[in-house]
Amino acid sequence: MSEIRLLRDAVAQLIHDGDIVAFEGFTHLIPFAAAHEVIRQGITDLTLVRMTPDVIYDQLIGAGLVKKLVFSWGGNPGVGSLHRFRDAVENGWPRPLEIDEHSHAGMANRYVAGASGLPFAVLRGYRGTDLVERTNTVSTIACPFTGEELAAVAALNPDVTVIHAQQADRDGNVQLWGLTGVQKEAALAAKRVLVTVEEIVDRLTLRPGGVVLPSWVVTAVAEVPGGAHPSYATGYSIRDNDFYQAWDRISRDRQTFTGWVDDHILRTEEASAR
Amino acid sequence: MSDWTNDELMTVSAARALSAARTCFVGIGLPSTAANLARRTSRPDLVLIYESGALGSKPTRLPLSIGDGELAETADAVVSVPEMFNYWLQGGRIDVGFLGAAQLDRHANINTTVVDRGPGRPEGRLPGAGGAPEIAANCGEVLIVLRHSTRNFVDRLDFTTSVGHGAGNGDRRRLGLRGRGPVAVITDLGILRPAPDTAELVLTDLHPGVTVEQARAATGWPLKTADAVGVTAPPTDAELAALRGLKAA
Repeated sequence: MSEIRLLRDAVAQLIHDGDIVAFEGFTHLIPFAAAHEVIRQGITDLTLVRMTPDVIYDQLIGAGLVKKLVFSWGGNPGVGSLHRFRDAVENGWPRPLEIDEHSHAGMANRYVAGASGLPFAVLRGYRGTDLVERTNTVSTIACPFTGEELAAVAALNPDVTVIHAQQADRDGNVQLWGLTGVQKEAALAAKRVLVTVEEIVDRLTLRPGGVVLPSWVVTAVAEVPGGAHPSYATGYSIRDNDFYQAWDRISRDRQTFTGWVDDHILRTEEASAR
Repeated sequence: MSDWTNDELMTVSAARALSAARTCFVGIGLPSTAANLARRTSRPDLVLIYESGALGSKPTRLPLSIGDGELAETADAVVSVPEMFNYWLQGGRIDVGFLGAAQLDRHANINTTVVDRGPGRPEGRLPGAGGAPEIAANCGEVLIVLRHSTRNFVDRLDFTTSVGHGAGNGDRRRLGLRGRGPVAVITDLGILRPAPDTAELVLTDLHPGVTVEQARAATGWPLKTADAVGVTAPPTDAELAALRGLKAA
């Protein structure tokens, strides 16, 4: 059964130096507040997994906490580059960043395999591309029925998956809705699951198309209203597109970035520590 | 509204290229602008599919990201990302994939991963693959929209992220790629299409006032031309009004 905790306690308890951590949420419901708590606690040497690193991983990478990144699309959606990601890959600042790079279909299927208890997943993909040259987590397999050659991608099983959802009830059952991305698979592939929620309610009302994670597959829940900002939570907030555009300027320069982290993450109280 | 730019004609031409499509897998940026323009002009019933999980989105304004809330709120259905890639894209349900590129070669192969910046300098990092490799592999056909310059239209890709026609005609079949691959590359100078016998991109159309020499000068390989190079029709008043309305919204 999941426990309802303060965010800082849940992060300290679940995420450790050297862990493989997936903070998922495909543009929607990105768990920014939990990542900021990781930065405040200085949890480091992380292997971070995420289809779209987005601004959330740009911040963790720039803060020097990330050893390796497993991903499929590393841009600022609709804006341009992730400058901290680029600086780490190109110049090793603030530390070298090892990368394991896939396509979206490959990453999605790696989570599916992880959630399914399988060592790998099969898909039509990667053939003819140079992606296969740069990773040891893609191979090929012959179909046992037709002999056709298909791509095989290694399962992903994070130590911890962190997601943001709209609601949990007092027993720690969680529901998210809207664009639900790959969160169900990422959560069920992980050893531990931390969910931040907009709101804790007495009873969950089931939503069409909603994803429910029962309490017994969730390790901890923390109530963090606005915890997905500048991403958003359908029904509670809208995407702060202006912030994504402003991030281009904030992140372009190392000093501006560091100053921003000091002012907006390190010197702020965690939202749920009230 | 007689004044228009080649950039506008590029987007209008890309929207026109969707005139026979029922379903379109849309990337953000120019492809999204063109697909949304098609819905407002020649193809009001065009089904827009965004990789974030939205099937049949009807946005009232151009989204900044593929995950903007309006895409889900106006969709016919919202599905998970694994379902999107496995059932809908890999399952062969989508007619047209619409892609951009950082580098494109003569066989319409695409690089969006890294660029070589010369000896002694680290590779320049681009966002990476995203959904493009499987869009290029599995959609019924692929349209590419890209501004024309020698920086983008290169003799050799620094990295192959997504396969167009591989090394030439027959390569897609050899690789087991099930869609037809790129059928047109629409630029701000004109339109390139793969030659039927070699699958090499040749110039088939020029925008009004653009010369073959200009297109050749903006292409990093010796660009061949079709036997008869056509001229793109200028944007109609309705097309221009719809495009400008979209951009202003």
